[in-house]
Amino acid sequence: MSRLRTAALVGNPNSGKSALFNALTGARQKIANYAGVTVERKAGRMVLPTGEPVELIDLPGSYSLDAASPDEEVTRRVIMGEFPGEAIPDVLVIVLDAANLEQHLVFAQELAELRRPVVIALNMVDLAERDGLVLDPDALSRALGVPVVPTVAVRRRGLDALAGAIAEAKPAGGESQPAATPDPASMAERRLSARRIAEKAIVSETAQHRLHARLDRVLLHPWAGPPILFALLFVMFQAVFAWATPFADALDAGFSGLIDLTNASLPESIARDLLTEGVLAGVGSVLVFLPQIVILFFFILLMEQSGYMARAAFIMDRMMASVGLSGRSFIPLLSSFACAIPGIMATRAIADPKDRLTTILIAPLMTCSARLPVYAVIIAAFIPATTIGWGVGLQGLVLFGLYVAGILGAMVAALVLRRTVTKGSAGGFIMEMPKYQMPTLRDLALGLWQRAYIFLRRAGTIIFTVTVVLWALLSFPQAGPGETQSEVSVAGRIASGLEVVVKPIGFNHEISLALIPAMAAREVAVSALATTYAIDAEDEDEAAEGLIPKLQAGWTLPTALAFLAWFVFAPQCISTIAVAKRETNGWKWPLFMLAYLFGLAYIFAGITYWSAVALGL
Amino acid sequence: MTLDRLPAQRSAEIVAIDWAALAPDEAKRLRAMGIDEGAHVSVAHRGVFATKDPIAITIGRMTVAVRRAHARAMMVSEL
Repeated sequence: MSRLRTAALVGNPNSGKSALFNALTGARQKIANYAGVTVERKAGRMVLPTGEPVELIDLPGSYSLDAASPDEEVTRRVIMGEFPGEAIPDVLVIVLDAANLEQHLVFAQELAELRRPVVIALNMVDLAERDGLVLDPDALSRALGVPVVPTVAVRRRGLDALAGAIAEAKPAGGESQPAATPDPASMAERRLSARRIAEKAIVSETAQHRLHARLDRVLLHPWAGPPILFALLFVMFQAVFAWATPFADALDAGFSGLIDLTNASLPESIARDLLTEGVLAGVGSVLVFLPQIVILFFFILLMEQSGYMARAAFIMDRMMASVGLSGRSFIPLLSSFACAIPGIMATRAIADPKDRLTTILIAPLMTCSARLPVYAVIIAAFIPATTIGWGVGLQGLVLFGLYVAGILGAMVAALVLRRTVTKGSAGGFIMEMPKYQMPTLRDLALGLWQRAYIFLRRAGTIIFTVTVVLWALLSFPQAGPGETQSEVSVAGRIASGLEVVVKPIGFNHEISLALIPAMAAREVAVSALATTYAIDAEDEDEAAEGLIPKLQAGWTLPTALAFLAWFVFAPQCISTIAVAKRETNGWKWPLFMLAYLFGLAYIFAGITYWSAVALGL
Repeated sequence: MTLDRLPAQRSAEIVAIDWAALAPDEAKRLRAMGIDEGAHVSVAHRGVFATKDPIAITIGRMTVAVRRAHARAMMVSEL
């Protein structure tokens, strides 16, 4: 049996390549990494008019075969058949932005010169028409000697014709002569002939006021732009917390119900405890964050697909530059407010390796949604619900202060890291601003599903395993008569050892015990504290209710404040560490991240505790 | 005049680029985008608040954000 033929989508960034990929393959996509590098490999299957199925891969956007980033290097190696384990593509589908021909034809010529079967998708012809451009695809086809198919990926126009052209693709041959290696001279030549070919292909051009120039005048305005961005972010965070609550509550109730049902229908046994206390409680406590993550990604995808994200990066660049990063780091850090895991994965878009590493290292300092339950319980127990004027409540102010502390911590950490461990030439900021576009429901839904799937798969594997291990540590050996489980278990003994270390910063035995399961996920600290205080809690909310008086009785205010300071910094999330390991290809950086964040947590909890004691709080 | 001083919305030709002032990958990226000697550019937007950094330049039908430091390495003459 002959192997499946492959076709590769290749083109400049912002040529609408991904939208075309989605339109051609639908939801039948496989997203993975290229072996050994953290560049996303997107593959899917499409069926040609002949009935033959082909594997379609979406190569990272590139400006040239002369790679300037890890992404572009992957594109070059796959096209040249130099990537181990990747079949050399049988057909290259070059995607061109119809409204930016003189730029996109430079790379297209370089690809056509390879003399391989090539098809050109003249994409986004509708937007070109909106800009007053009328194009002649046949003239373009004659000049390049390859078939040209006009497409509008987001409106699913021209897809059948493109599939037909892929089926019949033959090696390219036309005006352009084969070149050896790309050197500046031939690049300049290509640029000249790109302009010539574009002129031939453009039938008419009216100087219209382009929409994106008008929008940019407002959104990139030096004084109006930043407030607009901050207002948008404010709405986004409001939505993440407000819209998600009913869904999160429903999920929470669902898991509680499932636990009750399991307890009622199975006889009491170790296996049942494992299922309820370990698997359901553990995985459930993480799955309740799915609604928040989906809502956050809804906004992020909306910003990406509309073209606004590049503008946000532009506006934030100056601020990020002051700590040695660039505007490109803004997007991953923004995602980290929901969860550091998608944030760390989003750092792939940062070309500079030092910038990227620094961003990964500081991402856990952004206050993720898992910290909220912890903050909420401690604030409710120890901060009086008074107003300090202008309708500002003290509790809300403390919560806001904790968010700010995380951001400031991240900025200072970036500044220090950039001058020490991730030292190197300051990464610049060169970024093409895509045209504004109406996002399509289909692409949004597909993107959301892919993000949710990654999160669910993680919950089903890493979090599942960790939860089971922690449950075992807390359950064995079983307490005999007159002993308490929390003292006798392996975890209890580890906690006694840990207590020696954390006593100087005001932490007691109960906190020490809670810190261990909280390694899996921060919010587990709440239910762990509840368990330790021997409360029979059904869920976290109920645990919190019963927990507050116990905390007020058992903890001093300095201890509570130190506990909050600890959670601003502590990297208590094994999944984040695992993702950092995968994205940095080794244990070195995740271990460094653990060490420096625990160090900061210890120091700041200590400072908080001793200052509070000295002030007589 | 260097590109960072070019008044907004005025067309200019890049007459010389001090490639040594740019990191190799940045130079490669700029060239690949067509920001090279002989290219016609204009400044579309400049900075946030009172800063003049970064700069959005228009080249052909593209808008590209660059840092002021990049723009300072490019000599332009107004058209």
